Amino acid sequence: MDTVLRSRTKTVVIGSDKPFCIIGERINPTGRKVFAQQLRDGDLSTAAADAQAQVAAGADMLDVNAGIPLVDEAELLVKLIGLVQDTVDAPICIDSSVVEALDAGLSAYEGRALVNSVTAEDDRLEAVLPLVAAHGAAVIGLTNDETGIPHTAEERLRHARKIVSAAADYGIEACDVVIDPLAMPVGADTEAVANTLQAMRMIRDELGVNMCVGASNVSFGLPDRLTLNAAFLPMAMAAGLTSAIMSTADVVVRSTRAADLLLGHDEWGASWIAAHRARQAAVEATAS
Amino acid sequence: MTDEEILQLLYEETLTGNAPAVAGGVNDGLAQGMPPESMLFDALIPSLEEVGARFERGDYFVPEMLIAARAMQGALDILRPLLADNESAQIGTFLMGTVKGDVHDIGKNLCNIMLEGAGFNVIDLGVNVPPEKFIEQIEEHQPDVVGFSAFLTTTMPMFKANINALEKAGLRDRVIVMVGGAPVTQEYADAVGADGYAADASTAVRKAKELIELRREKVLV
Repeated sequence: MDTVLRSRTKTVVIGSDKPFCIIGERINPTGRKVFAQQLRDGDLSTAAADAQAQVAAGADMLDVNAGIPLVDEAELLVKLIGLVQDTVDAPICIDSSVVEALDAGLSAYEGRALVNSVTAEDDRLEAVLPLVAAHGAAVIGLTNDETGIPHTAEERLRHARKIVSAAADYGIEACDVVIDPLAMPVGADTEAVANTLQAMRMIRDELGVNMCVGASNVSFGLPDRLTLNAAFLPMAMAAGLTSAIMSTADVVVRSTRAADLLLGHDEWGASWIAAHRARQAAVEATAS
Repeated sequence: MTDEEILQLLYEETLTGNAPAVAGGVNDGLAQGMPPESMLFDALIPSLEEVGARFERGDYFVPEMLIAARAMQGALDILRPLLADNESAQIGTFLMGTVKGDVHDIGKNLCNIMLEGAGFNVIDLGVNVPPEKFIEQIEEHQPDVVGFSAFLTTTMPMFKANINALEKAGLRDRVIVMVGGAPVTQEYADAVGADGYAADASTAVRKAKELIELRREKVLV
C-alpha cells in the first residue's frame, strides 16, 4: 500500500517495501523558546536554516508546525509552508490541531501534503476528513479518542479501524491514511514501547496501512536521547512502521538507513554504499 | 539501628527509589518507637526535595524521579494514619485535570506523583475535563490549588474558559489556579490570569507550596 506525497516537483512514496520515510521534526516551536520568539517577530531565518539542514541530513519530508500561544496559527503556518517550499524540495507534513490552520495550509500548499493529524474522535473526523478529501491530501490518524491515550495495542487497533473506515466514507482510500500507533515515553512507563510495537504489528497484520509516529517521544525524560531513538526506529520498522516524524541527527538517520538495508528495502545496499561514498568524498574535500 | 541511622537510611533509600527498603525502614523505626513526624520531616520530605533539585539541575531523569516519589508514597501510606495531627502530613489539596478536548496526561501524571510524594492530597479528574466538572469538584473538595493541564495549542484556551467559569461560580478567589503543559509558557499563564505556571513536575511542587504559603500569609495579615 503506497502513500504518495508531492512537493512542487519531488514525489515521496511511503510503503512497506520502500525505504523508510524520514520526516524532519525540527520546524516546530513547541519547547523552542528562541525559535518561537523569532517566529512571533516575523523572523523566519531559523526555519529556513532548519529546512535546509534537515534535508541535507537525510530528511525525505518535513513536518511544519506553527503552534505558538496567542499567535494566529493559520497565518503563520501559511508563511512557513511558503518559506519551506521556496527553500527545499521536499513534501510537507502540515502539523496542526487547528482545523482553520489546516485548511489555510492545505490551500497554500503546492503539491500533495500529509495532514498531521486527525484522531478517532467523531468531531475531529468530521472536521478534518472533508478537508483532506477536498484537497486530495493524505492524513495521519492518531489512535486515541476523547477518553484518552489507550494503554493497550487492541484499543489502538480499534481506533485505527475506525479512522480507516471513516476516511473511506469521505472517499479517502486506505493508502492515504497513515496510522499513528502512538510512541510514548519509556521513561514514564517501562511497558510503553512494547505496547506501541505490539500495536504496530497488529495494525500492519490486519489493516496493512502505512504508519507514522513521533519517534522522539520514546526518549522523553532520559539522557542520551538520540541513541534511544536510534535503537527504537529499527525495532519499529521491523514491526511495520514505514515513516516517522523524527530527529535528523546523524546517529538516528544512519540507524534507519541501516535498518532499510537489513530489512531488504535497499537493494544490494546501493543507498547505504552511496551514503558512505558521499561521506568519504566530503572528508576528502575538506582535507584537500 | 539507631534512630539517626534509620533517618539516614530513609533519606538515602528514598533518593534511589528503593521502595521496599524505605517501607522496611519506616516499619523498623515505628517498632523502635520513633515518632512518625520525625521520619517524615527529617528524612523523607528532605530526600524528595533533593530528588526534585537534582531533576531540575538535570542530574536526575524522569524514571528516577518516578521511583523516588513512589518509594515516598509507600512510606506515606504507612505513616499517614499514625500522625498525631493528620493535617501535618498534608501540605494541601491539589485538584488536577487535563482540560476539555485534550487527552494528554503523561506530564499531568508525573506532576501528580511528585505532588503526592511531597505530601499533597491529589484529586485527579483525569483527561478531557469540562469546566463544569472542575467547578463541581472544586465545590465538593475545596482544594487549595486547581491545576489545568493542556498539551495542544488548540486546547490551551480552555484555561481561560475554566477561569471564567470559576469567576462566574464565585470560586475564583477561593482557589489557586496553576497551569502547565508542553506548549504553555509563563507569558501565556499570565495572559489567561493563572496564579502559577511550572515547566516540569518538580517545579510544580515548589510553585504550589510557595503559592499556598503566600495565600496563608495573606489570610493571616
